Amino acid sequence: MLNYTPREYTERKAIVINPAKTCQPIGAMYAALGIHKCLPHSHGSQGCCSYHRMHLSRHFRDPIVASTSSFTEGAAVFGGGSNLKTAVKNIFAIYDPDIIAVHTTCLSETIGDDLPTYIREAKVPEGKIVIHANTPSYQGSHITGFSNMVMGMVKYLSQNSGAPNGKINIIPGFVNPGDMREIKRILKALGVDFIMFPDTSGVVDAPMTGSYEMYPSGGTRIEDLIDAGNSMATLALGSFASTAGAEELRKKVKVRPTVLHTPIGVGATDQLLMAVSRVTGQEIPPEIEEERGQVIDIMVDLHDQYQGKEVAIFGDPDIVIAMTAFTLEMGMIPRYVLTGTPGEAFEREVNAMLTTAGVEAKVKASGDLFTLQQWLKEKPVDLLIGNTYGKLIARAEDIPLVRVGFPILDRGVHSYFPVVGYKGAMRLIEMISNTLLERQDRDALDEDYELIM
Amino acid sequence: MAMNQPDNFDIQERQKSIRTKGRQSQPINCQADSIAGCVSQRACVYCGARVVLNPVTDAVHLVHGPIGCASYTWDIRGSLSSGSDLFRYSFSTDLREEDIIFGGERKLTRCIDELAERYHPQVMLVYSTCIVGVIGDDLEAICRKASLQHGIKVIPVQSSGFSGNKSDGYRVACEVLLRMIATPEDVPRQAHHLNYLGDFNLAGEAWIIRGYLQEMGIHVNVAFTGDSSYETLRTAPTASLNIIQCAGSMGYMAKRMQEIYGIPFLNISFLGLEDTVESLRRISAFFGDPLIASRTEALIQREMAIYGPTIQNYRRRLQGKKAAIFVGGGFKAISLIKQFRELGMEVVMVGTQTGQPEEYDTIHQLVSDGTVVLDDANPSELERFMLEQGADLLVGGVKERPLAFKLGRAFIDHNHERKHPLSGFTGAANFAREVEETVCSPVWKYLDK
Ligand code: SF4
Ligand code: SF4
Repeated sequence: MLNYTPREYTERKAIVINPAKTCQPIGAMYAALGIHKCLPHSHGSQGCCSYHRMHLSRHFRDPIVASTSSFTEGAAVFGGGSNLKTAVKNIFAIYDPDIIAVHTTCLSETIGDDLPTYIREAKVPEGKIVIHANTPSYQGSHITGFSNMVMGMVKYLSQNSGAPNGKINIIPGFVNPGDMREIKRILKALGVDFIMFPDTSGVVDAPMTGSYEMYPSGGTRIEDLIDAGNSMATLALGSFASTAGAEELRKKVKVRPTVLHTPIGVGATDQLLMAVSRVTGQEIPPEIEEERGQVIDIMVDLHDQYQGKEVAIFGDPDIVIAMTAFTLEMGMIPRYVLTGTPGEAFEREVNAMLTTAGVEAKVKASGDLFTLQQWLKEKPVDLLIGNTYGKLIARAEDIPLVRVGFPILDRGVHSYFPVVGYKGAMRLIEMISNTLLERQDRDALDEDYELIM
Repeated sequence: MAMNQPDNFDIQERQKSIRTKGRQSQPINCQADSIAGCVSQRACVYCGARVVLNPVTDAVHLVHGPIGCASYTWDIRGSLSSGSDLFRYSFSTDLREEDIIFGGERKLTRCIDELAERYHPQVMLVYSTCIVGVIGDDLEAICRKASLQHGIKVIPVQSSGFSGNKSDGYRVACEVLLRMIATPEDVPRQAHHLNYLGDFNLAGEAWIIRGYLQEMGIHVNVAFTGDSSYETLRTAPTASLNIIQCAGSMGYMAKRMQEIYGIPFLNISFLGLEDTVESLRRISAFFGDPLIASRTEALIQREMAIYGPTIQNYRRRLQGKKAAIFVGGGFKAISLIKQFRELGMEVVMVGTQTGQPEEYDTIHQLVSDGTVVLDDANPSELERFMLEQGADLLVGGVKERPLAFKLGRAFIDHNHERKHPLSGFTGAANFAREVEETVCSPVWKYLDK
């Protein structure tokens, strides 16, 4: 397995090997799925759209529908204007969504397609909406694409009608529907009125009914996206995926943004609750306090199982930053922290946390998994935390893997349960300590094999 | 409740791509480009080229383009390797904005140099993606230069996605393979050697067939491209015969090899007992050697004694169930229709992404009246016909799985994500077991259909 990764680390000039990121459009497609009755549309060749749908479909194990402008050579030469206009007409006629969310691809960006003009010229039926986001894959990553589409929602839709709605906006970031449900549950427990967008719960984790709904019941309502302009504040969870949308709300309709970490772990969840409480004046209810107490209790009970263990964390920046903070809370030692997404802020933020904690580690943005594997060859760790692609390294280097993040292509159910909030913290502790114990059991000699651990 | 669907739900253009046997008489309209705005299940040229070439195990597969195209095709195919695992690495030039503006040639050259120095592969395949065609990088020239400089074969794969669909990608891949095996002088023919085209060694399928042929006294030079390597591919011109499993991807290759090397070819299929037996006999007949013929019969007899009754067992449980097929190539669809017949099942819907007109003719002849045949279906069509036709099972690829499940229908992946080998006698039994397991699963009891 991965036998061609040498031990000696050498700087590479250009080549990327075993990427830790993918391209913008898939993030935009995922964000668009979080709008109720929305059909994501990929403005480019059909191949891209096919890949994005397939990838999302593997992660969520649910049907992912999106349409494509089906570029051919002609479009590549003369521009994709007529493709988009035909597409808009066909989509409303056949698939009847309430809204189409168009994202670009490398190809349409490179030939310089002017989306706003095309959309203005397209025949959009009464009461229907078309929005767009520019998502060139030669910038950023899939997280940037998600962020850009969220910003597009605000740009096109959010309005200030002059009538404050007493709500807060929540941008959850590129997380699973299970996480979005958990954040909503917490906010409801606090008795807070909120608008969450995008919200893919009820869309990509829709229940089995025996019939296929092209537009399942979930997703943020268009009215709510419009009304987001009347909210009293925006909480953006995860700076990479959510800041742009929150900033756009500030610029456009003066809704005050607060950027927080993805609420993974005790500290980050505390911060979310405090921020909500500060903005809305709501008290933290006893049931949520009870959950927090349970997490602490669990950490007291189990800390000896994971404390001091060294860990490598990789994946998307917001998740990795939050996971790094949480592992530090747990007394673990993050030795390697890596994301494929570009951005100095990532290295700055992670390094600051590590310095405060007095941990020496390698930290890298714009990295790839080849680099991570080389680091591990130089000096291994006890545990990997990241997406499915880590399984190749896990086997090659014989290090156990806890699957967190996107994509997870080889295990089911993960998208239904949260990693955020106190419940998510409990789940992560369970996953991490069980994985370490399984390994200990596997490697134990008969005489050391213990019943009670 | 069916999904929200206006009554005129098919665009008129799509009507030409759907036929019900016994009702319309014009031939089906296939090979048309997908319509803008369709939720097409189709992939691109790069995808077609990559899936065919990916199993060349010791090649460096370098994707020239932005990161996505490489990410989505990292270790995609369950092709097993008995040698190198270099093909399981994902190499990308990861083009960034400045490369788009100033051209990606410099970066590509650097990447090729780095890879050549690191790995000294005998062959490097450089795939172009959509954007490369537009920014105008001269792949051919760069690869030629790099070949000379590093003394290895650096071959461009001209697979810009928009220049066609997946079938065009297959053809591009065949051209690349022809370049790889090209020999300047005539090579001696080996009497009992053949090449096995169109098997990608998913779940080790090519190994099963290699075993059968070996037993018959026939040597497989190389499978195209399952578990192949530069060295083994180079032995292809010495074969006396090419047999083709997946004609969709490799039919062109066989024709070209006949033109260039004079190697005749046979279309065969190792899907299902009937086709497996027939194919082995046809291969044996081609060589016209009595020893091979008697070994072949012995093999068939032994295997049928084991697997014939197995299939009969499953047949008893599956009799009368209805299957829907939506696969990539027309040829596979044809084999599946026959295989379902072996299992006593009726095929009520057949669709392909890239079927050829002749294949649709054969399909039309094979199926019974009332069966719906459609080209490049979108999910709402699949839904409509699966429900209307009362299919119990869908055979398809990754994108169709969740759809079938949501409709409460059983599903089998006959694509990259197959779980067991589905070829040959054992494969037929695996297939039957998989069909039985999913069609008769207790999970469907929770749904009132
Ligand atoms: S061409 Fe661009 S948008 Fe399409 S898959 Fe490749 S990287 Fe992604
Ligand atoms: S960019 Fe082109 S080559 Fe790449 S996936 Fe999209 S259609 Fe295929």
